[in-house]
Amino acid sequence: MSGILLLEQALNGLQFGLMLFLLAAGLTLVFGIMDMINLAHGSLYMVGAFLAATFAELTGSFWLAVVLAMAGTAVVGMALEISVLRRLYARDHLAQVLATFAIILIANEGVRLIWGPQVPLSAPPALAGPVQILPGLDYSSYRLVIIAVGLAVAVALYVLVTRTKTGMLVRAGASNREMATAMGVDIKLLFTLVFGFGAALCAIAGAMLGPILAVQVGMGESILILAFVVIVIGGIGSIRGALVGALVVGMADTIGRAFIPALLREFLPPQFASALGPALASILIYVLMAAILFWKPQGLFPARG
Amino acid sequence: MRRWTLLAVLALAVAFPLVARPLGWEFYVGFASRIMIYALAASSLNLILGYGGMLSFGHAAFVGAGAYVVGILMAEGVASAWVSWPLAVAAAGALAAAVGAVSLRTRGVYFIMITLAFAQMIYYIAVGMKAYGGEEGLNLPARSSVGFGLDLKDDATFYYVVLGVLIAALYAMHRLARARFGRVIEAIRENETRMEAIGFATHRYKLVCFALGGAVAGLSGALLANQNSYVNPNLLYWTQSGSLMIMVILGGVGALYGGLLGAIALLVLEEVFSVYTIHWQLGVGAILLAIVLYAPQGLAGLLARRRDG
Amino acid sequence: MAETPAAILRVEDLHKRFGGVVATDGVSLAVARGEVHALIGPNGAGKTTLVHQLSGALRPDRGRVAFDGTDVTAMAFHDRVRIGLARSYQITSIFRKFSVLENMVLPVQARSGSSLSFWRPRAAEAALFDEARRVLAAVGLAGREGVAAGTLAHGEQRQLEVGLALATNPRLLLLDEPMAGMGPEDSERMIGLVAGLKGSISVLLVEHDMDAVFRLADRISVLVSGRVIASGPPAAIRANEEVKRAYLGEEVAA
Repeated sequence: MSGILLLEQALNGLQFGLMLFLLAAGLTLVFGIMDMINLAHGSLYMVGAFLAATFAELTGSFWLAVVLAMAGTAVVGMALEISVLRRLYARDHLAQVLATFAIILIANEGVRLIWGPQVPLSAPPALAGPVQILPGLDYSSYRLVIIAVGLAVAVALYVLVTRTKTGMLVRAGASNREMATAMGVDIKLLFTLVFGFGAALCAIAGAMLGPILAVQVGMGESILILAFVVIVIGGIGSIRGALVGALVVGMADTIGRAFIPALLREFLPPQFASALGPALASILIYVLMAAILFWKPQGLFPARG
Repeated sequence: MRRWTLLAVLALAVAFPLVARPLGWEFYVGFASRIMIYALAASSLNLILGYGGMLSFGHAAFVGAGAYVVGILMAEGVASAWVSWPLAVAAAGALAAAVGAVSLRTRGVYFIMITLAFAQMIYYIAVGMKAYGGEEGLNLPARSSVGFGLDLKDDATFYYVVLGVLIAALYAMHRLARARFGRVIEAIRENETRMEAIGFATHRYKLVCFALGGAVAGLSGALLANQNSYVNPNLLYWTQSGSLMIMVILGGVGALYGGLLGAIALLVLEEVFSVYTIHWQLGVGAILLAIVLYAPQGLAGLLARRRDG
Repeated sequence: MAETPAAILRVEDLHKRFGGVVATDGVSLAVARGEVHALIGPNGAGKTTLVHQLSGALRPDRGRVAFDGTDVTAMAFHDRVRIGLARSYQITSIFRKFSVLENMVLPVQARSGSSLSFWRPRAAEAALFDEARRVLAAVGLAGREGVAAGTLAHGEQRQLEVGLALATNPRLLLLDEPMAGMGPEDSERMIGLVAGLKGSISVLLVEHDMDAVFRLADRISVLVSGRVIASGPPAAIRANEEVKRAYLGEEVAA
């Protein structure tokens, strides 16, 4: 197991983790403030990717497409919140799960109707080539940019949430909704804006991961599960928890998938290793989640007091 | 009124394959079997979710476990239903007991997540089982053998076996709901803290309920493996658990026939919509959303209202 | 160490804190067999938290709870009920959707054998329902069996509340403000009920209603800020200066 390989996988893990964070941040806020399980969050990620693909084709510019996709997805998200999701805040978790599951079905077919099952999205040509970050390690410049964007958003989010008035209102809402209302916060508007903001974050992740993971119907489901694992590990309602959780999950999943099969081959006969390896790698994050919940049932940084 | 409806439905169900052949509806006998198998699966989830109030999002894992037991045994040369089906039930029940023992330590959304996580783990294990098809799945050379000169390959014979199993299961659930156990479970759902305060080890009862639901799910999985002559990891993917939950809420959470009504509703809806469009999931999604928002008691609730009102 | 203690409940140096808040600060008290022992104190003194620790809903940080000679400090909530230590709730916690009779049959069922019974209908067990009716009559709810518990008047709900605990056949009953929100007629009935238990069932009565307390209690302990500042017969408590200062002087008799 070479150090170079490990570093490369670590960077991949960092990149994936930061994108997961974008999804998890919106998800944890919605869950923390509105106490709502939103399975449709993955669908917003998908819509963001599809919109980015369309805008990229229309404008010829990848980055412009990302910005437009953010705006478009935010609008879609807020429309969804106002029309449907609002009615679910008062309902129990089962109703929320089922209703947002229904939205997944509708969104998947809706996207398929409008765009078809898949659309192409390529990284900007300027970033097509690799960059040598260490002797012996050439890394995709596009992935480096993803890391940069992810870090920038994380920092911006941190500043927004801890240093601005809006951010403090959001945190207040996350830990105590009644108190926030008592302090004169227009809760309905806050919810809608938070939701739209979360949708925009999803769009960034969808657009940026699109060139790597393929923009296709149903892309939301697999990443949604990971996002939920992230917020459960990190603690519901906590942005800091979402970041830590996302990095943990992103790293563990990427490095696990890269090295566990090889590791097993050292110790087990080949037929077992090839069967067990991928399976173990896939379930690693779930085992991790179960273990963390066992010791800290509220996650690492629970926001609710 | 209720008893007559029941007898009428039963009579129709028994007569169905007999009239299907002359009417040229043979395809629908297989379809009806499929509905009944999913009704069994949904009813087993209803026991956990509707009666027990436990929002388990990993139920498809127990269905899949039962299916894989039958598939694996068949691949290893064991074709007798008398061996593989009880084993499927036992395996799924044991799995559910293990998952429940860990998951029931948690509450609320954490419980949902942990059950989901366990289901995903089992899914990936199924995908990893290259010897039994891995991601491609496993074809079964034939349906299970039951003896007595009956061949399950015949759709009508299979239909009657499934019908028999479903009736037995629903009757058992009916008895269970009225027995001490059922009363305790529904009381726990109503006010768990007070149940502890009057001396019930609530955790134990929830675990038993969870394991029972898993066991019956395993039975439905065994039947499903036979129905399709095929097992595949997709049976265990979390969206399958979602489908089962849709059936439960469509039919009516906690109602005895909720699983049955829901399976009928969803599968018929899917079938009807797919005639018109490949985008039938949109229709299903829209109806599901409407039900959650406007008719949360599902079909059973609507029927009850019509009877009373 | 075999002993038949005079005290059915002995609490030794109980401590409990939540973050920075000290809820229970070294509480020691004893409830003698057959007595009604009242626990009074201002709001926020930590009375309910103490009841939670005695019943098993909360674990204390330090200290010991002994029930009839057995150390129950770490015993599970439902297990304590099984050995005779039951409680009622300050905020009514009943089964609102069930009928009054269905409510009352549950604690009876809990102590009448295993409920891991899956086939025989419970409705066939006449003995359970007869016993449930008996307890309902004892708490004054005879004739209300078929009513949905959630539709009962407040006073009747409190009767059911206490009745559920009573139906577990306890040797010690922890009553957390049974008279909460009750009018004079209902209070009178509840006082009669508790008085009737004297001698057969020991009672730890948490109450604000001073009239009830002084009529019922054999002994009174006063809890202020998580500590017992005085414990003794009613007359002694009434005369106690510290108690008067901390509590009684400000208390408005219900």
